[in-house]
Amino acid sequence: MTDSKYFTTTKKGEIFELKAELNSDKKEKKKEAVKKVIASMTVGKDVSALFPDVVNCMQTDNLELKKLVYLYLMNYAKSQPDMAIMAVNTFVKDCEDPNPLIRALAVRTMGCIRVDKITEYLCEPLRKCLKDEDPYVRKTAAVCVAKLHDINAQLVEDQGFLDTLKDLISDSNPMVVANAVAALSEIAESHPNSNLLDLNPQSINKLLTALNECTEWGQIFILDCLANYTPRDDRESQSICERVTPRLSHANSAVVLSAVKVLMKFMEMLPKDLDYYGTLLKKLAPPLVTLLSAEPELQYVALRNINLIVQKRPEILKHEMKVFFVKYNDPIYVKLEKLDIMIRLASQANIAQVLAELKEYATEVDVDFVRKAVRAIGRCAIKVEQSAERCVSTLLDLIQTKVNYVVQEAIVVIKDIFRKYPNKYESVIATLCENLDSLDEPEARAAMIWIVGEYAERIDNADELLESFLEGFHDESTQVQLQLLTAIVKLFLKKPTETQELVQQVLSLATQDSDNPDLRDRGYIYWRLLSTDPVAAKEVVLAEKPLISEETDLIEPTLLEELICHIGTLASVYHKPPSAFVEGSRGVMHKRLPARTGSGEGTESPDVGNVAGGSAPEAAPSIIPSQGDLLGDLLNLDLAPPTTTGPPPPTSGMQMGGMDLLGGGLDSLLGGDIGGSPAMGAGFGAAPAVMPASLNAPVGGGLGDLFDLGGGVGMPMGAYIPPKTVWLPAMKAKGLEISGTFARRAGVIQMELVLTNKAMSVMTDFAIQFNRNSFGLAPAGPLQVLTPLGPNQTIEVSLPLSTVGPVMKMDPLNNLQVAVKNNIDVFYFSCQYPISMLFVEDGKMERQVFLATWKDIPNDNESQFQIQDCHLNSDAASNKLQGSNIFTIAKRTVEGQDMLYMAIKLSNGIWVLAELKMQAGNPNYTISLKCRAPEVSQCVFQCYEAVLKN
Amino acid sequence: PQAFQIFILHKVLISRNYMGNMDMNEVDHFMPIMMRMEEDAESLPLVTHGSAHFLWIKHRNLYLVAMTKKNANAALVYSFLYKMVEVFKEYFKELEEESIRDNFVTVYELMDEVMDFGFPQTTDSKILQEYITQQGHKLDVGAPRPPATVTNAVSWRSEGIKYRKNEVFMDVIESVNLLVSATGSVLRSEIVGSIKLKVVLSGMPELRLGLNDKVLFEITGREKCKTVELEDVKFHQCVRLSRFENDRTISFIPPDGESELMSYRLNTTVKPLIWIESVIEKFSHSRVEIKVKARSQFKSRSTANNVAIMVPVPSDADSPKFKTSTGSCKYLPEKSVVQWNIKSFPGGKEYMMRAHFGLPSVESTELEGRRPITVNFEIPYFTVSGIQVRYLKIIEKSGYEALPWVRYITQSGDYQLRTN
Repeated sequence: MTDSKYFTTTKKGEIFELKAELNSDKKEKKKEAVKKVIASMTVGKDVSALFPDVVNCMQTDNLELKKLVYLYLMNYAKSQPDMAIMAVNTFVKDCEDPNPLIRALAVRTMGCIRVDKITEYLCEPLRKCLKDEDPYVRKTAAVCVAKLHDINAQLVEDQGFLDTLKDLISDSNPMVVANAVAALSEIAESHPNSNLLDLNPQSINKLLTALNECTEWGQIFILDCLANYTPRDDRESQSICERVTPRLSHANSAVVLSAVKVLMKFMEMLPKDLDYYGTLLKKLAPPLVTLLSAEPELQYVALRNINLIVQKRPEILKHEMKVFFVKYNDPIYVKLEKLDIMIRLASQANIAQVLAELKEYATEVDVDFVRKAVRAIGRCAIKVEQSAERCVSTLLDLIQTKVNYVVQEAIVVIKDIFRKYPNKYESVIATLCENLDSLDEPEARAAMIWIVGEYAERIDNADELLESFLEGFHDESTQVQLQLLTAIVKLFLKKPTETQELVQQVLSLATQDSDNPDLRDRGYIYWRLLSTDPVAAKEVVLAEKPLISEETDLIEPTLLEELICHIGTLASVYHKPPSAFVEGSRGVMHKRLPARTGSGEGTESPDVGNVAGGSAPEAAPSIIPSQGDLLGDLLNLDLAPPTTTGPPPPTSGMQMGGMDLLGGGLDSLLGGDIGGSPAMGAGFGAAPAVMPASLNAPVGGGLGDLFDLGGGVGMPMGAYIPPKTVWLPAMKAKGLEISGTFARRAGVIQMELVLTNKAMSVMTDFAIQFNRNSFGLAPAGPLQVLTPLGPNQTIEVSLPLSTVGPVMKMDPLNNLQVAVKNNIDVFYFSCQYPISMLFVEDGKMERQVFLATWKDIPNDNESQFQIQDCHLNSDAASNKLQGSNIFTIAKRTVEGQDMLYMAIKLSNGIWVLAELKMQAGNPNYTISLKCRAPEVSQCVFQCYEAVLKN
Repeated sequence: PQAFQIFILHKVLISRNYMGNMDMNEVDHFMPIMMRMEEDAESLPLVTHGSAHFLWIKHRNLYLVAMTKKNANAALVYSFLYKMVEVFKEYFKELEEESIRDNFVTVYELMDEVMDFGFPQTTDSKILQEYITQQGHKLDVGAPRPPATVTNAVSWRSEGIKYRKNEVFMDVIESVNLLVSATGSVLRSEIVGSIKLKVVLSGMPELRLGLNDKVLFEITGREKCKTVELEDVKFHQCVRLSRFENDRTISFIPPDGESELMSYRLNTTVKPLIWIESVIEKFSHSRVEIKVKARSQFKSRSTANNVAIMVPVPSDADSPKFKTSTGSCKYLPEKSVVQWNIKSFPGGKEYMMRAHFGLPSVESTELEGRRPITVNFEIPYFTVSGIQVRYLKIIEKSGYEALPWVRYITQSGDYQLRTN
C-alpha cells in the first residue's frame, strides 16, 4: 500500500468530507484524513479551512501523525494567526516530552511559525531546550535562535539568547557547536557591527578542534566562519592554515572549496619567502584539479572559482593547463568556463598545445563555444607574442572555412591583433576584404570598417568599400555608424582628392539626419576640425595609438579580493559582489583580504587588517586599474565589448579621437613656444574626459596611497627627494594650485604633483604637457586624475616621466616648462628638477675605465666646488650618495685626507666623474667634477650638496 | 548561511520552505526559464529571476531546485542536492515521480530532518533509517529516539552492531580517463581510483589501511618497494584527516555496510590500455568507410572483458555492413554509432573491424560535430597504477578476528579518442 492513493480524490464535497473524517473518533481514520489533507496541500490546494480540525489532531501519541500536523501548521499558521494560538499549548507541552525527538520537533517547528503572538510563547521552551541534556535538542534549539532572530531580532536580544548561543560554541558536542556557529554567522550577517562572533585566538582554537569532529556540513559552517576572521599576524595565520589543510582531502567538494577560501585568504598574510608559503601553494593545486571530476554543477562552481584563483595567484595552476582541455561530453557551461581558464593560463611554455586545442574547438558545432574559441585564439596572439604569427595563420585558415560566425569572430580579433602588432600582419587585409559581404553582426562590421579606415592607404578601393556601407547608414547600429564616420574621415585625410564627396555625405548623415547625440557630436567635431585646420585634424585623427593591453576581462583588483573572500558562494559564481544581487545588503560592508603583517612589508595601512569578523567599517572600494588595463578598457569600449556578462558598455564617444582632440588643442596653444613641433602630439594619452563612468569612485586619497605604496617599496635606500614646493599659485591659475617635486623610484622618474582646487567650481579633464627641455623629459603616460576635483579638494598624482621627448637646451639647464590643462583653461609654469633624477642605476664604472676617462677629459672641463659645513665621514657620504646613483669607484687615504672617486651616468649617456676630498675634522669638502659636457657640472654640484646635507 | 527552499519538481511535486519569509510562488518562474534555455540550446545550473536564485540539478526527469535570495554557499547547495538524491535512493530504491508520491509522508519527514533553516543537518541515510522509518509508530511503545550517532563525533556508525562472522570486503577500482587528439597524441591520461568497502563487523572497530603509498614509504624510509604516488586523495568523513596529513596513516571507524572509503587521482604516463587507430572516410552523397584497429597494450596474462568500442557515424547513414576479426558489431542509429563488442580481449593482441555505410544523396544541412571514439572495458585482478593494499588492520575491543578480502579491477572511465 502506498501513499499515492491520498492524491486521488478530487470530489466536490472533499473539504466537507475531510472535516468529518478529521473529527472521527477512530484514530486510524483521523490519521488517514490528515494524510489526505497534506496530500492536497502538496498538490497546491488550499486546505486552510480545515485549520481548527487539523490542530485538534495535534495532541496525539502517534509520531507520524504529529509530524504531519506540525507540517500543516508551518504552512498555514501565518494565514490563520488567531487560530495558531490554539497550538501553543501542545508545543509547550511537547517541549517537555521525555522523548528528545519530540522536544526537538516541537522547538524546530515553533521557530518556523512566523506569527508574532506565538514567538512570545516560544521563549521559555527555547530557553530550556538550549540547555537540554540531549545534544539533539540543543543542536535544534541553536538553529531556532536564528529563526526567532529573523522574526523578532529585538526579542532575541532582550531574552539574552545571543549569549546562550555564544556559550554553545564551547559545547562538548560537535554538532551543537557547528549549528551554533551557523546560527551566529547568520545573525551576524544582518548585524554587521555587532561583533557577535567575537572571534579571538581562543574561540578560533575551539572551532578548529570541532572541525575535526563534526559532520561535513558542520565543517563547512565552521570553515565559512573562520574565513571571516583576520589573524593577528603571519604566525597565527600559518598555524590556522596548517590545521585547515587536512580538509582539502575531504570527499565533499563543498568542504574542499570552503577550505580553499580560508587558505586563499590567510595566505595573503604569509610572507612570500616563507617556506610554508610555497608548500601551501603546492598543496592547493591537486584538490582544485580533483574538483573537475565532481558532478557538472559542482565543476561549474569550481571553474568559476578557479577563474578567480588563477587571477589572484596564477602560480598555483600554471602547470595544470591540460586538465582544462575540453571533453566532448562536457556540458556547454563547463566547456565555456574551461576555455576561459585556458586563455588565462596560456603562456609561452604551453602555447603550442593550447593553440592546437583551440583550433580543434573552433571546428565544433556549438556556436557559442566556437565563437569563444576563435576569440581565444586572438587573445593568445595578443598575450603571447611568439605565437602571434601562428595565431594569425590559424585565424586565416578559419576564415577560409566560410562559416559565417567564425569569419565574423575572426575579423573582430584580427582587428585587435593589428592594434597590438602594428605594421606586421596587414598583408592579410585583402583576405579580410573578401568577406565583407558576409558580415552581418555589428561588432564584426565595425571591426572591418575600422580596419578599412585605418589602412585606407593600402586598400585600393577603400572608398568603394566604405561607400557601400553608407547606403544603409541609418539601419546600422550606433557602433557601426560611429566607426563608419571615423573611418571615412580617416580615409579623407589620407586620400583627400578622391573622397571629398564621401566625407561630406557621411558628415551630413551623422550631423543632420541622426538623432543620436554621440554620433552628432562626433560628426560636428570632425566637421569643424576639418574645416578650420586640416593639419590639426590629421594629427588628431591619425595620431599614433597606444598599445592595447595583453590581458583583457581581468576582474578589477578590489573586486577580485572581495570575491576571493566569497569563494564557493553565489558571488563567486556570478563574479559580482553580494551587494549587487542580494536585496538589503547594499549597506553591508565588502569583505577584503587581510593585509600582510610580516616584518619589513608594513607599507600597507595597518588598519586594513582589523576587519575582525568582518565588522570594522571600511571605505568603499576604489577602482584603480593600472594604466595598462585602463587603456585596454578604453580601447575595448570602442569596438569590442568585454566578453564578461553584464550590460554592454556604452558605445558613446570615440576614444581615440576624443583624447587626441585634446592633445591637438594644447599643442597649438603651446605652438608659440615650441614651434609647433609634431613630436609633442602624443602628450595626452587617455584623457580623463573619456574615463568610463564606473571609474568615478572616490579615488582622492586612494590614488595617492597607491603611489606612495609603490614608492615605498621601490626605493632601495632613500634617494634624495627635494621637498615639495609650490609651482603654480592658485592666483595665477584660476584657483588651481599645483605644488610638487621629483623623485626617482626603482629607475623611474616620477613627477609628484599635488593639485588643489581653491576655486568654487569643480575641475575636470586634467591633462599635462611639457615643453622641450634639456634632457628630453616627457610624461610617460597621461595625467591620471580620474575624478573631478571638487572645491577645496586636493589630490596627489604621480606622473611617470620618460627621457625620450624632444630636446632643447634650457637655461638654467634643469628648467622645465609645463602646461597643465583643465576644463577651465590652460596654465603654464616652470620648475626645476634636481639633476640627480637623471642619474641612472647602471652608473658604476670599472676602475681602469674611470682612470682612463679621467685622464682623457681635458683639464679645461674640470670645475671645483666647495661644500661647506658637512659632518659625514667618507663611508657615510659614499652610502648616501649611492642612494642617488652616485657610485664610489675607489677610495684613497692620503695623510688623513679621504679621497673618493665617483662616477655618475646621466640618462642621456653623459658621464660625470668626481673626486671628493674630505679631511677628518674639517666640515668643508672639496669636490672636482670632470665631464665632457661641463655645462652640467653646476647642476651636479647642487645635487651633491643637496644629497649630502639631507 | 544558506537559507533556501527546496523543491522537487516536474510540476512542483513536493517542496519545503526552510526560511518561511520567502514567497513559495517564485518557483513558478523556474520552469519557464528552463524551457527558454532549452529552446536557445543554453544551459546553466544557476539561474535568476528577480532577486531569487535557483540552483538546480536534474535527476532523471525530475528537477531538484533550491531557491535562495542570499549569497548562499553554492558548492554546499549542489553537494546537498546530490546528497538528497542519494538519501531518497537509499530509501525508495529509485528517485522518480512515482516514488515521491508513494512516500510523500516519509519524504516530508526526511526533508524536515536533513535540513533546518537552510542548514544541512544529518544526511547519512543509514543513520536516518534508524529513526525515520516507513512504518507508523506509536509514541508510547518503542517510538524511535534520535540515535546518539546523529550528534556524535562518529556520526556515521551506530553502537551495538552485531555479526556472527566478521568480514571486510574491499574493492579497489581504477578508472582510466583518456583524451587522445585526432593526430594520435595523448592529451590527458588520468587514473581515478576508488576504494570501496563492504563492512560486516561487530561493535566499534578501529581500522587501519596500509597502501604502498610513495609518500608514506619515504617517511618511513622504505624505498625499495614499488610504490604509487597519489596526486590527490579524498576521504570519507570517517577517516581522520589530520592524522593522514601528519603521518599518512589511514585510520578510521568504518560505516556499517557499503561505502566509498577513499578516492585518489594520479596522472600517469602509462601506455593507453586499449589503443585505437581509426580511418573514417566520408564520401559525400554516397558512403562512409570505417576502419578501426584496436590493440591491447597490457601484459598478456591479463584480459579485458566486455570491451565495447563506439565509433561515430553520420546521423543520416544507412545500410550498415560490418566485418570484424573478432567480436561482433551493432549499429545503434539512436546514438549514431557503431558498437563493436569484444567479450574477451587478452593483453598484447590486435583486432580489426571494418564498417561500410551508405549516405543519402541529399545531405542533411545540419552541421555535425566531430564526435570522438569512446571505449568501455574492464580488466579484473589488475590496477594500472600498481596500487596495493598491504594490510587492513582491524581492532575491536572484544578482540574478534576479522578477515579482509581485497579485489582489484581496472575499468574505462572517460576514454575518448578524437577522430578526424
